[in-house]
Amino acid sequence: MSLQVSDLRVHYRTLKGDVRALDGVSFDLADGEILGLVGESGCGKSTLGKALIRMDGRMHRTGGTVVLDGEELPIDDDRRMNDFRFRRVSLIPQYAMSALNPTRKIRKLVAELLRARGATVDPAALESRMAHVGLPPEVLDRYPIELSGGMRQRMVMVISTLLDPSLLIADEVTSALDVSTQKAVARALLGFRDSGYVTSMIFITHDLALTHHIADTIMVMYAGRLAEKAPADVIVKAPRHPYTRLLLDSLPEVGVRYADRRLDGIAGSPPSLLDPHPGCRFRDRCPLAGEECAEDPPVTELAPDHLVACWKA
Amino acid sequence: MLRLDDVTKRFRIGALGGRSLTAVDDVSFEVAPGEVVSLIGESGSGKSTIGRMILGLQPVTSGTITFDGSPVRQGKEFYRNVQGIFQDPFSSFNPVFKADRVFAMVKDAYFPSTPGHEWAARVENALRDVRLNPGQVLGKYPHQLSGGQLQRLLIARALLLEIKLLVADEITSMLDASTRIDVLNLLAELKSRGLGVLYITHDLSLGTYLAERTVVLRRGSVVEMGPTGQVFGGPLHPYTRELLAAVPRLHQPWDDATPVDTCAYHLHGGTGVLAEPEPGHFVACARLSTCQ
Repeated sequence: MSLQVSDLRVHYRTLKGDVRALDGVSFDLADGEILGLVGESGCGKSTLGKALIRMDGRMHRTGGTVVLDGEELPIDDDRRMNDFRFRRVSLIPQYAMSALNPTRKIRKLVAELLRARGATVDPAALESRMAHVGLPPEVLDRYPIELSGGMRQRMVMVISTLLDPSLLIADEVTSALDVSTQKAVARALLGFRDSGYVTSMIFITHDLALTHHIADTIMVMYAGRLAEKAPADVIVKAPRHPYTRLLLDSLPEVGVRYADRRLDGIAGSPPSLLDPHPGCRFRDRCPLAGEECAEDPPVTELAPDHLVACWKA
Repeated sequence: MLRLDDVTKRFRIGALGGRSLTAVDDVSFEVAPGEVVSLIGESGSGKSTIGRMILGLQPVTSGTITFDGSPVRQGKEFYRNVQGIFQDPFSSFNPVFKADRVFAMVKDAYFPSTPGHEWAARVENALRDVRLNPGQVLGKYPHQLSGGQLQRLLIARALLLEIKLLVADEITSMLDASTRIDVLNLLAELKSRGLGVLYITHDLSLGTYLAERTVVLRRGSVVEMGPTGQVFGGPLHPYTRELLAAVPRLHQPWDDATPVDTCAYHLHGGTGVLAEPEPGHFVACARLSTCQ
């Protein structure tokens, strides 16, 4: 078992009170597993990704633990987390351009980064990893601005996995890319897992169709909590939570035309997490909501590996 | 209604403007009233430049863009008929203006003689048309509203002017899946009332959802255009096929497009003259006859 997150609660401090961005999330991630994390804006998926590697000043943990390979991660201790970052837990940021130092050629940039972390990497290994994602070695002697968006994103992927981290967090890595580049980047991520450069991965996105192609397991989050978690095929073909179904229904696919089939969005918007109402947080927007939904739905395992938090599932 | 004829745009680049870059190369198409045309292309294909030229925000290098027979030029008269909405709704608003002031500015500029109460009723109608609750959005600052609400406010603002053509440049790419569909459905309703829309996007599935006709751009030139069903149902150009194959779909595996290294279009850098193999369906492929 690579990663175990249990009852993690991370709140944002604001003047008006705590925003409960993560409110009791538990899940496991096995070795070699890719977990796709989906949900609308503001459901807590990025907060979860950030909590696992670097909490910013406004975030604080109010409960729960994160265990990586049998060792607890000191997620709210910024200094102690430094021993884990890059070596054990690594991140691919969303905007690769702002992640690369514009005044350094790639070769120098990588060397400086490794020196700062006291690590060494064989240049041949670096080049073979670059070849793995389709980057020629000449890229090392270029400035970031001379690379295209997709190349930069792949370069950042190579850099962040240089030390073979156990857990890789990819936060919306493809959302700024064109479809063909997106496909290349997504395939490269799969390749990294298959060649053992990373042990397991959390892939955060709002694109369910893309996640389905990469992830082994998909976890749908809503308002800071888990709504449904199951193998990718099950989520897409036999979802049980009404939120997952509505999310799937609102997905336009190539070939679907307004004139033939009208897609519908989900009415309403996610609740404020400043002081969320008790009970199921989706019930205001849920077509199935009934009286029992005034109480918190427990996360139940309907089938092996299929977790759902809904009274009606 | 809107007509582009052989539109070309070159930018001067380099330190002293010594080199030139052709961003849009000899593009011609039309948008009729009540029609949605989607303009699809990857980054750098020139799709946004075309949008900006139609709105008169950038001059054309050669060719003509006409709206209802007269050339496009900046000015009140033109913007009463044509409006543009862009990708980032957060930067389209003045952060210190409340939403109602945005509408008041429209009244001052275009309808100074309309009485206040009549204007207020029209603002309310326009807001209801875009599924916004006037009480919830008026009197709020942009940062207090969500991306979907702001994008809909921009559409409402355009509706107040009773426009005929909307240039929508990636208007849904910042929104999440459910809001995205709401905005698209709204455009579809407006279309049935006679609004022409040029829908610029890199997302093929959003393009097909609405559009009657699709124009696929690559490096500034049109590679394929025609009725959406024909372009995406039976794509003739290898680039269109490649794009379609790259779109992630829920119930299908990610298939690889026809191997592109054997394709003349890739060998020759995609040059080809627009041919019309089916009525209304144009393809720029150098070897259309031998490939099929």
